[in-house]
Amino acid sequence: MQAKKRYLILFSAGVCLILLFYLQGPASRRTPNRGDDPHPHWPHFSDPLRAFIPWDQTETEDYNVRVSPRHKRDDNSGAYKCRMDSCFDFSLCGSNGFKVYVYPQQKGEKISESYRNILSSIESSRFYTSDPGQACLFVLNLDTLDRDQLSPQYVHNLKTKIQNLNLWNNGRNHLIFNLYSGTWPDYTEDLGFEIGQAMLAKASISTENFRPDFDISIPLFSKDHPRTGGDRGYLKYNTIPPFRKYVLVFKGKRYLTGIGSDTRNALHHVHNAEDVVLLTTCKHGKDWQKHKDARCDKDNAEYDRYDYKEMLHNSTFCLVPRGRRLGSFRFLEALQAACVPVMLSNGWELPFSEIIDWHTAAVIGDERLLLQIPSTVRSIHQDRILSLRQQTQFLWEAYFSSVEKIVLTTLEIIQDRVLQHNARSTLMWNRLPGGLFTLPQFSSYLGDFPFFYSVLGNSNPEKKPHLPIALVILKTLISLFRCIIVLWNCDKPLPAKHRWPATSVPVIVIEGESKVMSSRFLPYDNIRTDAVLSLDEDTVLSTTEVDFAFTVWQIFPERIVGYPARSHFWDSNKERWGYTSKWTNDYSMVLTGAAFYHRYYNYLYTQYLPGSLKSMVDQLSNCEDILMNFLVSAVTKMPPIKVTQKKQYKETMMGQTSRASRWADPDHFAQRQMCMNKFASWFGTMPLVHSQMRLDPVLFKDQVSILRKKYRDIERL
Amino acid sequence: MCASVKYGSRGPALIPRMKTKHRIYYITLFSVVLLGLIATGMFQFWPHSIESSAEWSLDRRSVHDAPLVRIPMSSPIPERGDLSCRMHTCFDVYRCGYNPKNKIKVFIYPLQRFVDEVGVPISSTGLSREYNDLLSAISDSDFYTDDVTRACLFIPSIDVLNQNSLRIRETAQALAMLPRWDKGMNHLLFNMLPGGPPDYNTALDVPRDRALLAGGGFSTWTYRQGYDVSIPVYSPLSAEVDLPERQPGPRRYFILSSQTAIHREYRVELERLKEENGEALLLLDKCSNLSQDLASVRKRCYKGQVYDYPQILQESSFCVVLRGARLGQATLSDVLQAGCVPVIMADSYILPFSEVLDWKRASVVIPEEKLPEMYTILKSIPHRQVEEMQRQARWFWEAYFSSMKAIGMTTLQIINDRIYPYAARTYEEWNNPSVVKWSSVNSPLFLPLIPPRSPGFTAVVLTYDRIESLFRVITEISKVPSLAKLLVVWNNQNKSPPEAIDGLSLDQTHMVERSECINKFASVFGTMPLKVVEHRADPVLYKDDFPEKLKSFPNIGSL
Repeated sequence: MQAKKRYLILFSAGVCLILLFYLQGPASRRTPNRGDDPHPHWPHFSDPLRAFIPWDQTETEDYNVRVSPRHKRDDNSGAYKCRMDSCFDFSLCGSNGFKVYVYPQQKGEKISESYRNILSSIESSRFYTSDPGQACLFVLNLDTLDRDQLSPQYVHNLKTKIQNLNLWNNGRNHLIFNLYSGTWPDYTEDLGFEIGQAMLAKASISTENFRPDFDISIPLFSKDHPRTGGDRGYLKYNTIPPFRKYVLVFKGKRYLTGIGSDTRNALHHVHNAEDVVLLTTCKHGKDWQKHKDARCDKDNAEYDRYDYKEMLHNSTFCLVPRGRRLGSFRFLEALQAACVPVMLSNGWELPFSEIIDWHTAAVIGDERLLLQIPSTVRSIHQDRILSLRQQTQFLWEAYFSSVEKIVLTTLEIIQDRVLQHNARSTLMWNRLPGGLFTLPQFSSYLGDFPFFYSVLGNSNPEKKPHLPIALVILKTLISLFRCIIVLWNCDKPLPAKHRWPATSVPVIVIEGESKVMSSRFLPYDNIRTDAVLSLDEDTVLSTTEVDFAFTVWQIFPERIVGYPARSHFWDSNKERWGYTSKWTNDYSMVLTGAAFYHRYYNYLYTQYLPGSLKSMVDQLSNCEDILMNFLVSAVTKMPPIKVTQKKQYKETMMGQTSRASRWADPDHFAQRQMCMNKFASWFGTMPLVHSQMRLDPVLFKDQVSILRKKYRDIERL
Repeated sequence: MCASVKYGSRGPALIPRMKTKHRIYYITLFSVVLLGLIATGMFQFWPHSIESSAEWSLDRRSVHDAPLVRIPMSSPIPERGDLSCRMHTCFDVYRCGYNPKNKIKVFIYPLQRFVDEVGVPISSTGLSREYNDLLSAISDSDFYTDDVTRACLFIPSIDVLNQNSLRIRETAQALAMLPRWDKGMNHLLFNMLPGGPPDYNTALDVPRDRALLAGGGFSTWTYRQGYDVSIPVYSPLSAEVDLPERQPGPRRYFILSSQTAIHREYRVELERLKEENGEALLLLDKCSNLSQDLASVRKRCYKGQVYDYPQILQESSFCVVLRGARLGQATLSDVLQAGCVPVIMADSYILPFSEVLDWKRASVVIPEEKLPEMYTILKSIPHRQVEEMQRQARWFWEAYFSSMKAIGMTTLQIINDRIYPYAARTYEEWNNPSVVKWSSVNSPLFLPLIPPRSPGFTAVVLTYDRIESLFRVITEISKVPSLAKLLVVWNNQNKSPPEAIDGLSLDQTHMVERSECINKFASVFGTMPLKVVEHRADPVLYKDDFPEKLKSFPNIGSL
């Protein structure tokens, strides 16, 4: 018994001991940690704290007595650095709008091809004026692009030449373009002359020297960069998953002397010769052998094994490190090739950073964290790669593909600053079709444009209370014509259900002031709806057809939707574009004699296109429909849409003697050929896109009862 | 100890001899062990309650318990802020390191009370309620770390929100005394009211080396783009007054001016506008007849008529926000809260969070010079745009202005996005609430590409074992020139083909099943994503009277 008791006591003592050790352990482990930091979190103070009082009423009253607002504003104008308020004279832009004057070119003044391209882009734009009295912005006739003293393009004595300009006025309202500045070995950003209060549109500008909202960072482009048009991006289709052969590539020089190689010297640490291929060569200049270091031979050998173009097109990401200057040609090359740029250029104010959200199209790295770059780019999700890649293409085509686009973007940015409250929002700049085609003067409301319905949450304009209004322009047979705008106001979304007698429709007759062709596309104030139906007086269309075309337009509000279609083709014998109205298997234009389009295109036609093209149309009294198709296709990069029509229409049209005579007129046809080529050369490229698709009502010509068909009139001959 | 007990337990032979002695021995041993256990238990479980009571007492901690630090007269003063500072020159990114969450770590210095040599505190107010709110919000967030060695960003507990209450020199010395100051590297200061009489500088006057400044009221001359963060001036009314969101739309007044200390010249100009446009404008001023108590902040008057502020802001489409002695005005926050579109007239002002917010969508910025044209400018804005701006203004307030927490978190997120730019929120995510809401369903395919013929398409045929029709399909499809690949998905491998049914669509149960599916899917999506269209795409010459041979898709309608 006792032994049992004893064992019990012993056993429980043992258990207690084990428990003791067990409990002691964690306790001793935990305590010191707590002891280290008595305030793991911010404490919650119990005592009443004094409130922060932001109202500076009395201070402001006191201040207002002493300082006039004008005085406060002018306070900063003496400062060396410039802002729009202090260095730009807005009053010059007031009455005439935003006009740009280019100093006339002087004899004996050599101008590089790039600068000539810039000047001619300005001169052919709608901003150009030849009268300095009307101008708001002035551009020099002196080539300031290359300010590297060692370069053959360098212009000497620029300082005195500029001082001699009669309108210089210490650079006020002047814009100076520059691509290269500084020279070996340190490549400073000094231009070698006093820019005064002039704005700088400069490539490779650093954030330190950049005057925000005053200077503009432009991309570095080569002298072969096309003046207008330009190649499209190389992305032809999306692949899913979006990975390419290489993850990250780079091929470039490693400078042995002078600045710019800190990052490039370290690239070989990251290079793995498989999917991360970063190659450098020491070969540059004449005497590179003299400065050659230990890695040179090895690097050079590796360098020659790969082809730059092949890598560019087969890589998901492209490294864009700084070179001698912050920016490099590689940036635009990567952008065009849909190779997402990985920026390694600390302190570079990226091109057009004021308006472009580069996070959506590039990966912005830090030179100090070079070794992390591979893991960073590998961590980027597929969806994001896909969207980055597409955005590179959009940005390339919208702002960079030609000198003209770069120049126009620069001018539009300045115009936005002048317009202030009317300026484009970042959304307009960063979404298709881009800022150059989205004119903020038309409306500041996104829903007034045909491009942003999805952003606003409604997928197409069908939900809108506004209903179609047809614009009928009656044209007399001679080129003098009167315009009758017929405004149709109905209160239900489906016009087909109502048969409106002609008398119940308000008819507004607008007599064209100048009686020219272009007044067909004037943005009349009477047009309040988004949809415009443009007609000729001899167009034969039934209600059903119009109704059906409108339902189609509601799905494709950004395109021209209409009936008679035409096509273009490349005539390789004559080396020019041809125009055909034959029945073909595809089309690229829909004639505006019977077509729906968004009223924004009226505005764009009138405002965006240069006077030269519009006056050509007016003189010929022809081609206005071709020009409209060019414009819309250039904006959307998509073909127009042809919908079904009664066969009868065409025959009637052809049967009419007057009409037939006009269409049969060989001159008329030749003019249209000529127009096409003129337009294509102004756009710099052929914007028209072919389509093989026609949109028919769903049961069109199907073998079902005609009673089940909604648009049955279309089938009847 | 353990061994000795075990040894003791091995002596049963001794027990009969020394019975009582042993009993006592065992009992003492047992009680010692038991006591030890209780003591350990106390030690183990008490600390919890001790600590929680310590935390509890921390909760009840007073500001006056914070350690007192005396600043010697000769203590070093930091240099004035360097205007050329940028993230890549003045910020040490190595401290943030590579981390898979892409989140910076923020450390907050424990509270100290700084006094000068004679014992006068460096700040007349000490820690303010708002700064306390800000710091506790940060300390409760994911950014916070209590480990100073892992921190990437440091926030001093010295309250510099309002420069008026600071002694500049001593505050600067106090900053330099912080243990990790290191020339202000990676330090973040929050300031809302910068400058003081007579000049009212637009950035905090306290010398601060390379420290980042989150300031309210920066001008373009003092703001270091990409380095400093422009923040709003917090309005205490945000917390005090609950303004319900109002549907966007036309309001009773068109333009409202509610500020009390407007410069004489501007007030004359506003009066003139009022004369021209009458009832559309409402110009309020402070109430002269009311007693000067706290309520006067909440009252405004016009010709003896008293209005409640900020409620009256909801009655107007546009609300004027003019500069005062400082550029940043707390009125902006009230105006946004009321869903009124701010008309900001403060030249060279860097708008709050302008690095990420697109103010064009929520406000109208007019140069001070153009004040006389204000009415015509505002009238030219389409009314749908005004509604959009009203909605956006309210949303900006809710997301970024409504509390010190919102302001603090936004500031940290902006800095975080600079350090991990590849993981940054996009501009649209910052500005478009619907994008934030629907980001998961945003299609990654948005560029209109016309698919070229070269890669062609892949045909996927789902088969239910009906081999004959399958072969017919395959023969037809394989003739298509742009076909790249044909995939057959064999679905019903083990079953024999079903009895002759002309087409699946004729089977009634099949159709019922499919409509059930559609209803099920629609309820999962919450809405009907499918759209009805009335057109279909056909080849251009479809069923036209035209020789079939010449059509690019011949005989397409004749099947």
